[in-house]
Amino acid sequence: MDHLSSYLVLSAILFSLGLYTVVTRKNGVAILMGVELILNAANINFVAFSKFVTHTLDGHLISVFIIMLAAAEAAVALAIVLNLYNNRGHINVDEANALKQ
Amino acid sequence: MDLNQIVADLGLFLPEIILTGVVLLVVLYDLFQDAEHSIRSGYLAMGGLVLTLLAVLMQDTSAPTGIFSNMLAVDGFSNFLKVIVSIGAILVMWMSFNSNELKGRRVGEYYVLILVLTLGMYFLVSATHLLSIYISLEMVSLMSFLLSGYLKEQMRSNEAAIKYVVFGAFSSGILLYGFSLLYGLTGSTSIFEIQAALAAGNVQPALLLMVLVMVLVGFGYKIAAVPFHFWTPDVYEGAPVPITAFLSVAPKAAGFAIIIRFFNVVFSGDGNPNMEAWSALENLNWQAVISLLAILSMTVGNVIAIQQSNIKRMLAYSSIAHAGYMLLGVVVADQTGIAAILYYAGVYMLMNLGAFFVAIHVKNAFDTEEIEEYKMLGYKAPVLGVIMTIFMFSLTGLPPTGGFIAKFYIFRSLIEYGDMYFWLAIIGLINGVISLYYYMRVVKAMYFGKMELPERIHQAPLNVTVLLVILALPLLLGWMIGDPLSGYAQSAVHFFVN
Repeated sequence: MDHLSSYLVLSAILFSLGLYTVVTRKNGVAILMGVELILNAANINFVAFSKFVTHTLDGHLISVFIIMLAAAEAAVALAIVLNLYNNRGHINVDEANALKQ
Repeated sequence: MDLNQIVADLGLFLPEIILTGVVLLVVLYDLFQDAEHSIRSGYLAMGGLVLTLLAVLMQDTSAPTGIFSNMLAVDGFSNFLKVIVSIGAILVMWMSFNSNELKGRRVGEYYVLILVLTLGMYFLVSATHLLSIYISLEMVSLMSFLLSGYLKEQMRSNEAAIKYVVFGAFSSGILLYGFSLLYGLTGSTSIFEIQAALAAGNVQPALLLMVLVMVLVGFGYKIAAVPFHFWTPDVYEGAPVPITAFLSVAPKAAGFAIIIRFFNVVFSGDGNPNMEAWSALENLNWQAVISLLAILSMTVGNVIAIQQSNIKRMLAYSSIAHAGYMLLGVVVADQTGIAAILYYAGVYMLMNLGAFFVAIHVKNAFDTEEIEEYKMLGYKAPVLGVIMTIFMFSLTGLPPTGGFIAKFYIFRSLIEYGDMYFWLAIIGLINGVISLYYYMRVVKAMYFGKMELPERIHQAPLNVTVLLVILALPLLLGWMIGDPLSGYAQSAVHFFVN
């Protein structure tokens, strides 16, 4: 596994899975997991390009920042999902439709 | 990059340092306040923001500079937008003091979140590196999620927040994936180096197109352009009204800033935005893509706004349409086009904040958000009625208001740009006519209808009236006193270029 392409394929698969999860799931937490998959796909890209293309540490550095931001985002998003649960007793995003379309 | 350079750059970073200090100070101060006095933290936050605004205004931007190894740019362009977002934040805080929605709850952290959101926008308007763009975008997004869900026991606010989080996290994920591919294609993370790599021409256009569509998803969501607008109406309706007003103005202006900077540098890089720059990459007709987004945003926003009965939803769709008008300026992206966008952003801030502030006060006083319920408002509360009429005229773009001049600059830049874009200006004008219908519906509800004069005339509190007059007067007078904002906007089109 010393080729750039295998890393890119892995990240593309992760990205597609994340996209699929976000689009199809109704559960708030599951959607957030899909978003995490997309972010990690980007992380793999950054590190792989950094190792194989630029031979610098830029990409590694960016991926560290992304991991940190993903944690912050998860904290905020989970707080909001928890609040939805407190108000409604479920975390089904589809049924949050009090605001008219 | 040595330590001395970092220390030297700190001088240009002064407004952000002050704002960070204010954030920490307000957090600490709020610890010593009980819930009923937590509004004091709000006053402190507003004072700190005024101080920051002064620091921004005093900053010398005659020589555009990049600071912290070109992570951020300090130039006229970012300075102008920092002024706009700070004024917007100050006005929103002022209005929040009078909002009934926030009465009786602990509000210290509400003002802290607004401050951090403002700090995020400071970074966003000056970001020149993929990492700083992404971090500042997330900073703005996370604070917006929290603020829109601030009324946490209310189902509506809660629902607004969850929809915002799902859309926001998703689009920023796509943006990031686009960035990672861009990094792989060009081998660099600074937008100046990316521009150089693209200019060298070893990048496949098809891949680049895919990357730039992904980037556009992330930025388009921030400015609520069609087809990335689905979160807008629900978030705007559910969030506390002062926050809705803020979200519709400041993050939108900051989103436009990053779109302009990113595309301008990546596609031209010579600091003087010009039209040839856009064709620098053959096979990529960016003007067509952005024209399409602009037409869709204007038309979809205006047509759906017609059907709305809730004033917040109506203003939400109208803000989508206004993003479309501003995107027309991005299509041009030369000196006059960008000056027109900056001018539009300034005027739009005044008139849209104003319209929302009247809506807040009407909700406080008469407990309604339905346009139909505004009937006879012109007689029940004459001052509010007149001021709301000015805002509606200005949002439509009728002379002699500031909204007319703003639209005029945008259309002029399009027509001067070339005959090809004449038809875009025509579509913009037609959309202006469509918007006349729903804005005037508010005016009609306020003044026309069955006459039964109210017994008691409602007087808005003095500070609300003063705030509304401050917002409305420039819209009326800008026309007569030679429009200093226009000159300011024109002088602000200076980009830092490495």
